[in-house]
Amino acid sequence: MNIKVNGNDQKIDREYTVRELLDVLNVKMKEYVTVQLNDEILSRDDFDKIIVKDGDTVEFLYYMGGGSR
Amino acid sequence: MIILSKNDYKKMLDHAKKESPIEACGLLAGIVDGEKKFVKEVRLLTNIDRSPEHFSMDPKEQFEALKHFRENKFVLIGNFHSHPQSPARPSEEDKRLAFDSKLSYLILSLMEKENPVLKSFIIEDGNSYEEDILIED
Ligand SMILES: [Zn+2]
Repeated sequence: MNIKVNGNDQKIDREYTVRELLDVLNVKMKEYVTVQLNDEILSRDDFDKIIVKDGDTVEFLYYMGGGSR
Repeated sequence: MIILSKNDYKKMLDHAKKESPIEACGLLAGIVDGEKKFVKEVRLLTNIDRSPEHFSMDPKEQFEALKHFRENKFVLIGNFHSHPQSPARPSEEDKRLAFDSKLSYLILSLMEKENPVLKSFIIEDGNSYEEDILIED
């Protein structure tokens, strides 16, 4: 099946949960990743529940932040 | 080396001053040609921590900015944040939370009111290396 990941077409062999997909895509430091599925930001608790399907658009990015101390 | 227009620098500085004493933040995108990183657009983002000592970018705005950059064929060059009360160098927390050694991490210090200082760093495995910034007309 075909999905779009961060703007690029990607072929994957089957449906995965969001968490599995991050593994398949070899995404490091998943605890700092925010995921958007079809323009909706997902709650981290849903990573194991939501299935990415054919034609879906997935965006992910790393938390960006810091502090002065 | 980061090449930044005077206008974009002013945009960052105005934002940082306006947000002070809260830390201000944003993203920089443009064109990379070898060692030269030409900043073509600066996006100002909301610091959802609303703190003078910490910042977190609003993820919704981050997604919007990244899509917008992509549409304009720009690559993400890095991010910036302000240090309203401390020097322009990455704190331990800044280094801990810098996940991408390919990005530039810019810090704008407002510690000396009349003399703001902007510096850029590459951060890798907890170490920071300063890189040059050229501000052009
Ligand atoms: Zn900082």
